[in-house]
Amino acid sequence: MGRRGEKSPAAKKAGRSRNLKKVLSAWQLYVLLLPSLVWAIVFAYYPMYGLIISFKDYKIRQGIMGSPWANPIFKYFQQFFSTSIAVTAIKNTILISLESIVIAFWIPIVFALLLNQIRNLRTRKVIQTISYAPYFMSNVVVVSIISVFFSATGVMNHMIGASNPILFTSLPQWFRTLYIGSNIWQTMGFNAVIYIAALTSISPDYYEAATIDGATKWQQIKYIDIPMIMPTVILMLILQIGNIMNVGYEKAFLMQNGSNTIVSELISTYVYKVGLQTAQYSFATAVGLFNSVVNFIILIIANQIAKKVSDISIF
Amino acid sequence: MAKTQNTSKVKLGRANKIFMGVVILLMIIVCVIIIYPIYYVLLASITDPVTVNSGKVLLYPESPYFEGYKTTFAYKPLWVAYGNTILYTVVGTAVALIATVPAGYALSRKDLPGRRGLIFVFTFTMFFGGGIIPLYLTIRNLGIYNTIWAMVLPVAVSAYNLIVCRSFFESGIPGELQEAAKVDGCSDFRFFFEIAIPISTTIIAVMALFYATAMWNQFFNALMFLQDDNKMPLQVVLRNLVLMNQSNQMGSSGDALVTKQKLAEQLKYCIVVVSAAPLLMVYPFIQKYFAKGVTIGAVKG
Repeated sequence: MGRRGEKSPAAKKAGRSRNLKKVLSAWQLYVLLLPSLVWAIVFAYYPMYGLIISFKDYKIRQGIMGSPWANPIFKYFQQFFSTSIAVTAIKNTILISLESIVIAFWIPIVFALLLNQIRNLRTRKVIQTISYAPYFMSNVVVVSIISVFFSATGVMNHMIGASNPILFTSLPQWFRTLYIGSNIWQTMGFNAVIYIAALTSISPDYYEAATIDGATKWQQIKYIDIPMIMPTVILMLILQIGNIMNVGYEKAFLMQNGSNTIVSELISTYVYKVGLQTAQYSFATAVGLFNSVVNFIILIIANQIAKKVSDISIF
Repeated sequence: MAKTQNTSKVKLGRANKIFMGVVILLMIIVCVIIIYPIYYVLLASITDPVTVNSGKVLLYPESPYFEGYKTTFAYKPLWVAYGNTILYTVVGTAVALIATVPAGYALSRKDLPGRRGLIFVFTFTMFFGGGIIPLYLTIRNLGIYNTIWAMVLPVAVSAYNLIVCRSFFESGIPGELQEAAKVDGCSDFRFFFEIAIPISTTIIAVMALFYATAMWNQFFNALMFLQDDNKMPLQVVLRNLVLMNQSNQMGSSGDALVTKQKLAEQLKYCIVVVSAAPLLMVYPFIQKYFAKGVTIGAVKG
């Protein structure tokens, strides 16, 4: 349909009716799509429209449209940045994400590479099955386990034999360690699945050739496995960087207690508190919107860089 | 010449052996780290709390004490919550499948007009959203606040699952089959229900597993969108009892204070076991589907 201007009105009309016909003849496919589409509109796009309230003085009675615009329009954003919590929450969110990437990102990769060395299929299956057991446990269960394991009278204190028990769950300096450590515990096996799949799709010819040339297993990992799974690694890295501001707030919220909020207060947990516990809807939405926008920008940048450097991108 | 080759081969063999030794050792350590906390909780739930509280590293059942389970099984609110969770999970998974699987199929059809745009509509939701307050207000406006639908509908479709589903149909159903059926005058509905569905039990199992796990473990939505205590799912009750230290309210009022204190500690372990057990017992049997689902998503995502 490229050069529209040159087409006669009649041809245009014919083209349009042909398109219409195509759409109509596919009506049954649209029906199949309908429930999901309705869902997307109601539970994803309508809330996006609701973001407008961050620029308004939202009153439940007056609704989104009826509520007056905030004066100045960025009132709630300014309000957020004037609080002392803003800096803390932003800093905590970014720190916990960056530390997760640096410490936790490569662990499933190493696990997949090593597991791939085990030739006995049965053993491999057993290890893999064990590895993603924690993935099926809820955050509440995991945080419960942390709370009993790392309590003052818990196993961990007993194992390290400290004369004065360390209060792991309430000391701020232990929060990130516990958070990231338990994340690794929960997701390593699951995150490794993708890499394991990439590894099993490598042709055995490579290994045969390498063995004939006298390459050790270690060299095979270095020169065959790692380069071959690199595209998957980069893809996962973009996705993770693209979620840098979306730290799992559920777990942070569960792990929060009075004494560790200076490190455990994230933007998302703060949004929940000011939004739903104190009903400052416009303010909380503004904070959430700031978070989403920053996150989205980072995602685009990460995606663009990956595209330039390696030709791999998510869109 | 032959000799040097031999020695290098021996060297190679030795290097590989050492390497494999290290690999096996690491794998054993990993498995222990993963299993031990789960095993410990299980042991602690049947061991005398005095022994458990000494912080001793438990390796096998010793000084058994089953009061915890007795109290747990007699504690009504926990079972109400259990019933709620089962209800939310069953209804939620059914709704999610009805929404996701047909849509996944429709999006897999290359001849669907507007396909690219429609796919974008869904993928975009993975990277940007309204956030919790607008969602909360939506739930309120729809009048489903504090009902089962507030637990089910917001999570009824996940864009990621939808894409996994689409990829499955794309690679699982040959285009020729589709065309042949079309030539024979088979409608899209009939093709979907009579041909696509029967050969797609794998993807349905994968989707059911993904959604059921997510629904079973839902915590935050319940906290935000439900109000009545008798509607709360297991995860919320679990959190109240274990993390907010309310487990000392569980025993019968006749118990002596000391027994109560003793019990309260053990109860935590029992409740964790009871709430985590169903998924942990089921997943080894369906995990091959699980791995498959992740793989499909990764290859084509």
